[in-house]
Order: sequence, then structure tokens, then C-alpha cells
Amino acid sequence: MSAPRVEVDDLAVGYGGAPALTGVSFTAAAGESVCVLGPNGGGKTTLFRALLGELRPLTGTLSVAARPAYLAQTERTRLDFPVNALDVALMGALAGGPWWRPPSRAAREAAEGALERVGLAGRAGVAFGELSGGERRRALLARALVQDSPVLLLDEPLAGVDPASADLLDSVFRSLRDEGRTLLVSTHDVASAARFDAALCLNGRQVAFGAPAEALTRATLEATYGHELIVLRESGAERMITIQHHHEH
Amino acid sequence: MDLLDPLLDPLRSGIDRRALLEVVLLGSICGALGFWVVVERLAYASESLSHGLLPGLVLAALAGAPLLLGAAAGVAVAAAAIAVAARDPRIGPEAATGVVVTGLVGLGALLALSPDSPQRLEELLFGDPLGVSDSDLIAAAVLAGAGGLTLFALHRPLSATAFDAGGAGALGVRPGLVRLALLGLVAAAVAVAVQGLGALLSLALLVAPALAVRRHAPSAGRALVAGAVVGALAGAAGIYLSHHAGTAAGASVAAALCAAAALGAMPWRRPASARSASA
Repeated sequence: MSAPRVEVDDLAVGYGGAPALTGVSFTAAAGESVCVLGPNGGGKTTLFRALLGELRPLTGTLSVAARPAYLAQTERTRLDFPVNALDVALMGALAGGPWWRPPSRAAREAAEGALERVGLAGRAGVAFGELSGGERRRALLARALVQDSPVLLLDEPLAGVDPASADLLDSVFRSLRDEGRTLLVSTHDVASAARFDAALCLNGRQVAFGAPAEALTRATLEATYGHELIVLRESGAERMITIQHHHEH
Repeated sequence: MDLLDPLLDPLRSGIDRRALLEVVLLGSICGALGFWVVVERLAYASESLSHGLLPGLVLAALAGAPLLLGAAAGVAVAAAAIAVAARDPRIGPEAATGVVVTGLVGLGALLALSPDSPQRLEELLFGDPLGVSDSDLIAAAVLAGAGGLTLFALHRPLSATAFDAGGAGALGVRPGLVRLALLGLVAAAVAVAVQGLGALLSLALLVAPALAVRRHAPSAGRALVAGAVVGALAGAAGIYLSHHAGTAAGASVAAALCAAAALGAMPWRRPASARSASA
């Protein structure tokens, strides 16, 4: 196996005061997708912010092969700022090229390609604020695609998105993994975790890490979600879902 | 030829020609910069800087030093005083700014109205575009050139930061640095603009053109260009108004700029349904 793209060893991070997340150790290689599970406040976004370099490790080490592309959970975009979908996708080129020059022709082509990939080719000229919620998420994913990073951090990318957009986003994520990119995807959807190569359970600390079939036992999920976990029994089989609290923070 | 006289008349007078050049230079750069001032909600900060620099202007006038020097020092002192006062969480930034600026304007008036000071307070407060010196014109030209280049170079980082500061950070942009650069540019523009329009009226140059074009521009780039054009045209209109109506030049320019803002803010557009029906 090639050297890991993301390598985290005994990591603790926080916002000053007590650490928000401790004891995190995992690796992710090229072409691997990791599902990050945990309750609200469990440390999923905190882990991503550490991987982005916004939070320094209190203890432990982390290394990421390149500046990750990031799709944020909460939308903090200004809907009144005059940009269209293509402008937003083009912002991804800031990560690679000279920022003081207008975008190159290659960047423009990459942005058009990214919009096509997320199904927004016909909406390139539409103002960002006039797109639907799902379309806005797709435009922001296009921005991350233009960044062309080998590592992508996707924070609850499907939360609150319409089913059609969710299907499209999901297929883009699969193709990104097939291209050999490393994906870390946080989600509340325990059932979807089986489709990933690995699952990472966080609840202020690392509860489990491993192949979903082995890591996601009922005991692990109870330790991860506590009272937020509901176990459903349908004709003998157990199905576990979590209570989702949507929140801004 | 007679028809064009009202337009050509001011150009025949050297004083009005210089005033026109000054407001066109200032109007174009401040009109463009104003887009970011409005988007980043810096209008109050800009107003505070332009008012708070009054003691610096007065001291420079008293000492016979270049006003630009006094304005620059005044901006720095005002910014530092606001920053220090705003650090007290019991006061909060708005009250701190209000108190510091009022104090500085009062101090400036006190200095300017002392018995042995030259009678220039009116000019320092309201500007005197008709009295611009060569060095004022050079400062305005340098601001327009260097400021325009800076806005061009910073356009993408400024756009990414204004649209989504968190996302811009993940792209490697440093939003804090970008905003600091913008503030520096605003401070420089204020220091130069007070030469033309004075401490009380120069804010009109920075905010009015941006408000005039804001609702009509489909992209940030076009809003900047349109703001520059509106700033230059409205500034020139103010000088013409002053020439023909015999009104104070600085106040006429400010009035023309604010009239442009009011015109731009009117609901010009047809309802969305009518637009799509005719499209």
C-alpha cells in the first residue's frame, strides 16, 4: 500500500481550554474513503479544522499530503454578494495559481468542467443567491473540485439537500474516490457508512476506527451516539438510526 | 457652440479645470473602492476615520505642513484610539468609536478656533475643490493609479473573502490579511480625499457611488467599474453645479454624489415576472 495521504497519531485538539477531541489515530490512503460518524459536538468539524491547519494539535501529530479541499457543513456564504455559479467554481483556482492575476484559461476550463460534473453546466451564469439549496452545495463542491486536491474533507455534504442533489453528489464522491483521491466524509447517516472503506467514530474522543462491518457494532454506536441512537427492529434485523439536531455554530 | 457653453465654460477657467480633475480622480478611485467598503460594512469605520483625522489636519494647517501629512497622521491616531477604546468589552466598538470620533472632532474644532490659528476650519471640514494645489492633484493621481492597481491585484482574494471567508481560508487565502489591506487602502483614500472634500463630506465619495450601482451590477468587477464611472461623473456634475449656481464646490460635489446614490436606490427594475416574460 502506498504511503498514507492522511496520517493522524494520538491527536488532541481544542479551542483553548479543555480539548474538544482527544485520542484520534487513523490513516487514509489514496483512493480510500473514510466515513466520520459522531453526534453534534462530537468533534467531526473540529477534526476537519485540524486537518485544514486552522487548529494546532495540543498533543499528537497529523500530516496531510496536500492542502485539502473543503466543503463546509454550515453555509456562511453571502447570498447578496454578486457572483454566479461559475465565479464560485473559479474561486477554487485561488488555491493553485497566482492570486493577483485574473484566472487563466485553464482555470476557466476547469471551472466549467467542474460545474458540468456537478450538474450545473446550464446554470453557470445564474447568481449564486438564486440557486436552490442543493444547487448551492453543488456549486461549492465545484469550487472544491477546481482546487484539484488529492484530499477532500466533506462536512455533512448531504444534510438538508434535496434527494436529486444528494444522488448526484454521492455519485461524484464515488468517482472522486475511483480517481484515487482520499475522501473524509462526515455524516449522521449510519446506514450509509457501509459504503465507505473505513469508519471513524468520534464522541469527544475516538471511539472506533476500522472497516465499517467490523467497527460499527451496536456497542460502538452506543458509545458514539449515546441517547441519540435509536435501534429499530424490523422482522428480526436491527437497523440503527440517529436523532439529528440541526444547529448553527 | 452656444449650446455647449455651459459644459465648456468651467473648462476655460484654470481653477475649475483643476477642481474637475481632482474630483474625477478621487471620484473614480473612491467610487470603485466604495464597493468593498459597502460589502464589508466599513462605511461607519470610514466615516469615523475621515472625521477623526480633523485634529491632524488642523495641526498641519497651523504648522504650515502639508495637509496630506496631517491627514495621514490623523487617520493613524484616530484608528489607534478607536482600537484601544474598543478593546474594553464594557463599551463595545460602536460606542467607543462614537466617543473617540466626537472627542477628536471637538479637539480639532478647539484647535482651529483658537485665536491665533488661521481661518481655515470651514475648508478643512467641507473641503475646497477649487483651491486644490499641485501636490493635491499629484496625491489624487497617485492614489487613483496605485489604488486602482491594488484593487485589480486583490480582486480575487477580496471576492473570495467577502463571499465566504471560511471557504477562502481553506483555499489558502488569508482573510485577515486581505481585510487589513482593504482597511489600509480605505485609510489612504480617506487621507487623500479630505484634501478635496474635507473631513465631513469625503465619505460621500467612498459610499455614494457604490450605493448608486450596487443593485444594478451583476458582478463585483462590473460594480467596481460602474462605481468609478458614477463617482467621476457625479463629482464632475457637482463642480458644474457649483460653477453655474454659485454654490459651495465641496458641498455641491457631495450633493451630486448623494443624488446619484438616491437615483440608484430607486426601484428602477420592472417586476421579475415582467422581465422573464419579455426575455
